[in-house]
Amino acid sequence: MTAQLKSPAQMTNTVLQAENLNIYYGKFHAVRDVTLAVPKNAITAFIGPSGCGKSTVLRCFNRLNDLIKSFSLRGQVFYHGQDLYAPEVDPVEVRRRIGMVFQKPNPFPKSIYDNIAFGPRLVGYKGNMNQLVEQSLRGAALWDEVKDKLKESGTALSGGQQQRLCIARTIAMQPDVILMDEPCSALDPISTLKVEDLLQELKEQFTIIIVTHNMQQASRASDYTAFFNVEATPQGRVGHVVEYDRTEMIFQNPKEQATQAYVSGRFG
Amino acid sequence: MSELLQNRSLQRNPWAPRTLFSTTMSGVVMLCALLALVPLIAVLGYVLVNGLSRFDLSLLTQVQPAPRELGGGVGNAIQGTLYTVGIAIALAVPFGVVGGGSLSEFVRDTRAARWIGFATNVLSGVPSIVVGAFMYGAVVATTKRYSAVAGGLALAVLMLPVIVRTATEALELVPSEIRQASVGLGSTKFQTVSRVVLPAALPGILTGVMLSVARATGETAPVIFTVLGWHTWIGSVWDQTNTLSLLVYKFATSPFDNQKSLAWSASLLLVLFVFALNVIARLVVRRRA
Repeated sequence: MTAQLKSPAQMTNTVLQAENLNIYYGKFHAVRDVTLAVPKNAITAFIGPSGCGKSTVLRCFNRLNDLIKSFSLRGQVFYHGQDLYAPEVDPVEVRRRIGMVFQKPNPFPKSIYDNIAFGPRLVGYKGNMNQLVEQSLRGAALWDEVKDKLKESGTALSGGQQQRLCIARTIAMQPDVILMDEPCSALDPISTLKVEDLLQELKEQFTIIIVTHNMQQASRASDYTAFFNVEATPQGRVGHVVEYDRTEMIFQNPKEQATQAYVSGRFG
Repeated sequence: MSELLQNRSLQRNPWAPRTLFSTTMSGVVMLCALLALVPLIAVLGYVLVNGLSRFDLSLLTQVQPAPRELGGGVGNAIQGTLYTVGIAIALAVPFGVVGGGSLSEFVRDTRAARWIGFATNVLSGVPSIVVGAFMYGAVVATTKRYSAVAGGLALAVLMLPVIVRTATEALELVPSEIRQASVGLGSTKFQTVSRVVLPAALPGILTGVMLSVARATGETAPVIFTVLGWHTWIGSVWDQTNTLSLLVYKFATSPFDNQKSLAWSASLLLVLFVFALNVIARLVVRRRA
C-alpha cells in the first residue's frame, strides 16, 4: 500500500524533494518514508485524514519543526539540490526563502503597513517600502480593501482579510516557495474562494504547497496531489504517503484503493 | 409534556425559595462591594480635606520649614523623591524587563527558570525594612554617607521582583501564533523577541513598571536607613536628601502645626502621584490595545 511515485510523469523542475523522510517526536514515529518531489510554479496539495502527518511534513520544508524540542528527523529534504538539514544550513535563511501561511490567520498586532514591511525590514530592505507594501497587498488581492487604512491595526480586519494580509506579508519577502497549512479552514466560503483564486495567480511567481482537509479545494485548486494516510502500528499511529500524482489522476483514476475510498468519500 | 413538569407554571414566582435566596444574596454581594470601597474613599477624602489647605505652588517650590518657622513647602523632598525613584527606575527596569524576557523567552520551562522564579518570589517577600538595613550596610557604611543613590538601590531591590514577575507574565501571554508567524518569516530568535513579542507585551510590562514605581514612591522603611532626611535642596545624587514619604513620617509626628499641615499636603501629593501613574498605566494599555 505504499507505492510512492518519486515524481509524477510530467514533472520537470523540482524545487523541494523529500527522500525517505522519517519524522519522530521523541520516541514516537510520526511519519514514515516520505519520498516526493515538489515541482516549480505549481500548486501541490497534501490531503488526508487528521493525524496523517501532512502538516508535519509541510513544516519540515521550512524547518519550523525545529522549534519543537522533541522533534527529530531521518532522511533528507533537498531544496534545489541542497540538503536543508545539513549542519551548515541556517534555518533562518531557509525560512526567508520558504514562507509559511498558517491555519489560523495570525497578523501581528501592528498596523497593516507594518505587518507587510516586517519581513523586508528583517533583512534590511533598502528599496521603496511603500511600493513593496502596495505590490504585496495587490498580490494578495487586498489592496483595494485596505489602501485607505494602512495605519490601522491588522488585527481589526475580518478573518478572510487577515488571512490575505498574512499571504501578503509572506509574499513581501519575495520567497521562492509558499507553504500553506490549511489556510482556509478558519474562513467562510466566500473568503475561501477569494484565497483559491489568489492561489492561481500566485503560482505564476511562486511554488506553492497547500495542506487541506477540503477535497473540493484540492481538486479545484491544485496541480499535484499527495494523499497521506495513517496506519495503526503497535508503536502508534504512523503517517505515510499513499499516492502522489497529478491532481486529476488522484481524483479520477487513483491507483490505490485507499485513495479511491478517500477521494470518493467512502473512507475506511 | 413529561409528567415531571406537568403541574409547573412557566411564570416566575417571586416568593419561591430560590428567588428569595437570589435576591438576598445579590443584596449581600452589593453591600460587600460597597464596603470594600469605604477605606479607599475614606482615606482619599481625609487626605484631601486635610491636605488641600497648603496645596499651592509654594508647596512645590519652597524648601521644608524648620521647627517654629512658618510657611515653606516640600520642594526638597520632591527633589529627593525624584532622584531616589529615578535611580531605582534606571536600575530596576532594564534588569527586570531583561530578566522577565529571559525567563519567558529563553529559559522557559527549564530548571533554571523555576529557580529564578522561586528566588524572585522570595525577594518580593523580603520585608522592606530588611532591604533598607541591608543597603545601609552595603552602601551607606561603605561610602560613609547617606545618599539618594543608596535609597535608589534599596527601592530598586523592592521594584525588581514586581517588574520581573509582571514582565514574565505579560510576555508569556503573547500568543504562540504570532511568534510562529515571525519565525516563519525568517526572524532570528532575537528579532522575534525584540520586534514582535516585546512590543505586543509592552502595555503589560509598562503597567507593572508604573505600579512598582507607585509602590516604591510611597515606601518609607527602606529610605529611613539610606536617605535619612535633609532640610534643603541637594546638588548631587550622592548627597543626603529627603523624600516625601520620609517627610510625612517625620512631620506627622512633629509638635508644630506648620509641619503637621505640610505632612498632610505631602500625603496628598503622594496619593495624587500614585493615582496619576495608575491612570497613565491604564491609558497606555487602552491606546495600545
